[in-house]
Amino acid sequence: MSNTLSASTLLAVPLAPLVGSALAGILGTTFGGNVIGRRASHTATILGVLVAFVLSAMTLADVIGGARFNQTIYEWMVVGGLKMEIGFMVDGLTAMMMCVVTFVSLMVHIYTIGYMEEDAGYNRFFAYISLFTFSMLMLVMSNNLLQLFFGWEAVGLVSYLLIGFWFNKPTAIFANMKAFLVNRVGDFGFILGIGLIVAYAGTLNYTEVFAKAGELGALSFPGTSWMLVTVICICLFIGAMGKSAQFPLHVWLPDSMEGPTPISALIHAATMVTAGIFMVARMSPLFELSDTALNFILVIGAITALFMGFLGIIQNDIKRVVAYSTLSQLGYMTVALGASAYSVAVFHLMTHAFFKALLFLAAGSVIIGMHHNQDIRWMGAVRKYMPITWITSLLGTLALIGTPLFSGFYSKDSIIEAVHFSNLPGAGFAHFAVLAGVFVTSFYSFRLYFLVFHGKERYDQNPDAHHDDHHDDHGHHGDGKPHESPWVVTLPLVLLAIPSVVIGYLTIQPMLFGDFLKDAITVNSAAHPAMAKFAEMFHGPLAMASHALSTAPLYLAAAGAVAAWYMYLVNPAVPAAIARALKPLVTILENKYYLDWINENIIARGARALGVVLWKGGDRGIIEGGVVNASWKLVGVVSSVVRRVQTGYLYHYAFVMLVGVLLFMTYFVWLAK
Amino acid sequence: MSLTLGHFLSVGAILFALSVIGIFLNRKNLIVLLMAIELMLLAVNMNFVAFSHYLGDMHGQVFVFFILTVAAAESAIGLAVLVLLFRNRSSISVEELNALKG
Repeated sequence: MSNTLSASTLLAVPLAPLVGSALAGILGTTFGGNVIGRRASHTATILGVLVAFVLSAMTLADVIGGARFNQTIYEWMVVGGLKMEIGFMVDGLTAMMMCVVTFVSLMVHIYTIGYMEEDAGYNRFFAYISLFTFSMLMLVMSNNLLQLFFGWEAVGLVSYLLIGFWFNKPTAIFANMKAFLVNRVGDFGFILGIGLIVAYAGTLNYTEVFAKAGELGALSFPGTSWMLVTVICICLFIGAMGKSAQFPLHVWLPDSMEGPTPISALIHAATMVTAGIFMVARMSPLFELSDTALNFILVIGAITALFMGFLGIIQNDIKRVVAYSTLSQLGYMTVALGASAYSVAVFHLMTHAFFKALLFLAAGSVIIGMHHNQDIRWMGAVRKYMPITWITSLLGTLALIGTPLFSGFYSKDSIIEAVHFSNLPGAGFAHFAVLAGVFVTSFYSFRLYFLVFHGKERYDQNPDAHHDDHHDDHGHHGDGKPHESPWVVTLPLVLLAIPSVVIGYLTIQPMLFGDFLKDAITVNSAAHPAMAKFAEMFHGPLAMASHALSTAPLYLAAAGAVAAWYMYLVNPAVPAAIARALKPLVTILENKYYLDWINENIIARGARALGVVLWKGGDRGIIEGGVVNASWKLVGVVSSVVRRVQTGYLYHYAFVMLVGVLLFMTYFVWLAK
Repeated sequence: MSLTLGHFLSVGAILFALSVIGIFLNRKNLIVLLMAIELMLLAVNMNFVAFSHYLGDMHGQVFVFFILTVAAAESAIGLAVLVLLFRNRSSISVEELNALKG
């Protein structure tokens, strides 16, 4: 089974969703004249994604059988010696990502039928999410940096379009602009990194870049004593920080919750935000060369993992709690990358994609059931009305906090172990952060769970009910009671709950310690022994689960759950008392560490002030006033003087001519002898 | 006192100066301008004849005939232009001919 992957099959994987997207987006909207209806639009896009999923699953089966693919499909252009190509590189990492992306995307497509049922932009929404699937597949399947960058920007574009999907809602427009601008900052670093690679390796192709990794590692950045590869890696990682919402470029992700819930699940939890993690794992041969860059990654990831978790505790919007949880989990993945445990990061990426998509879709289901109320303070006891959503949410929550045998347990505990064995200077702090993060994760997850699904019904206490600015066009407001969502919503929940529970147990062995990712990820075991030491400790998934009974993370998670249970079910007065006692701390958390304030008041205002200075001083003053206007004024002044000479009388011209002849003759006859 | 080359050249120079002054001072009449140009050519002819005589070379006097012919043709064309100008503008005043002014 070594050469069964064919270029045409692989080409069909991204192109099928693109065709679906084009059908729904052109024929199904006013752009193409509304030729096809809602049913045809969602059928076309779902079929496209289904084809992509089936082909991805077949690819994964072939890859497990040993097949690999690395080939250029189309040469776009050649500039000097630099080839710009479109090609696919399929190994374990790519195949796994393809399956995760297409599976979650398929689930989200089905879910959207129920969630967006009454939205006027139904066809447009399907076109966008299919376009997203295409872009994400191009990103993960790429065999060169240019195509990676294309996919990177394309998913960013679709993310922008989808956050601002409800484009007449001012907060959504603000959020999508913010996401776009913050991502520009990251992408600037990313393209600098790519530029440095092109400048020094002279190629965009992964294989050729990795072949030159040793040479790059020996160079230093011109004019400094920094290692070139450190600069490259940090630049690339700044790109990952933007896309994967790492501190301090995380500010766009919570605001992106303004978009519809299905895309929060697909783009802002499961796939797009993990593109940065994927990219760093893909570039592991370069990152392995730079301890400085790895340390930087480790610390950034640790800050994100812990401090974003704290913010999840005080949020009251159901989607924002899950969003901060996503930030925190992305921080975990980044920590794993920093500890050179790329396979663990990718493993957590996969399990997280399932359980976080599940949690988001379940949150969306609750939102439908609660008639578009998103505030968890006015929920409670939803489990009686929405049993399927309740069970699947519970499974997702258990997976998220790392209950033994659930998928999140294997990936999260592997990260903690890997960081524990890491020998980088930042590893101590990172280990503390991820351990503390376990408690925080468990606390906010169960706070959300208890407030939504247990306790008293508080639906009628909502002061904002029925006159809020949500898109509350959901027909039946009858008694205000929740109701279970239709099957198109619950089916994806069930289908996502299954891998959320079992995928970790089934795949930890091949993914972390087997050959599945061996050729995709390079680890210098001599310099970064974390993974090798962890492998010595590992004696199968069951042994790992029983070992967990004697380690700290499990008890931290349990403590978090119990604390949440006590504070939000048994004695609801406690949180208020704590909030009063720790007023300054709560204020800091409520203002999200003042990062938005800094961004808006210092960075944005500073940039605007600089812009005004350059506009009034530079553009208006020097260029317009000094160069453009002064030159025409000078011409005007000179010509108004010179114009007097031009009288129009023939005899004046003749006079000047004669005087001129006379002067020249005088000069030649007497003076120039 | 015999006539020398200098006397003839002086006459030529005086004629030339008169014609130049005629061109510059004339404000009224385009015909005067044409006459001044004729006079200028005559001043040149005077120089040609004088030099021809004193240098003993007949080529100069041949040139004079050429110039006279060309001058006749030129005045004919000039007068024709003048007639056309008068038809168009009902005036031959030099003062009003300032269409070249920018």
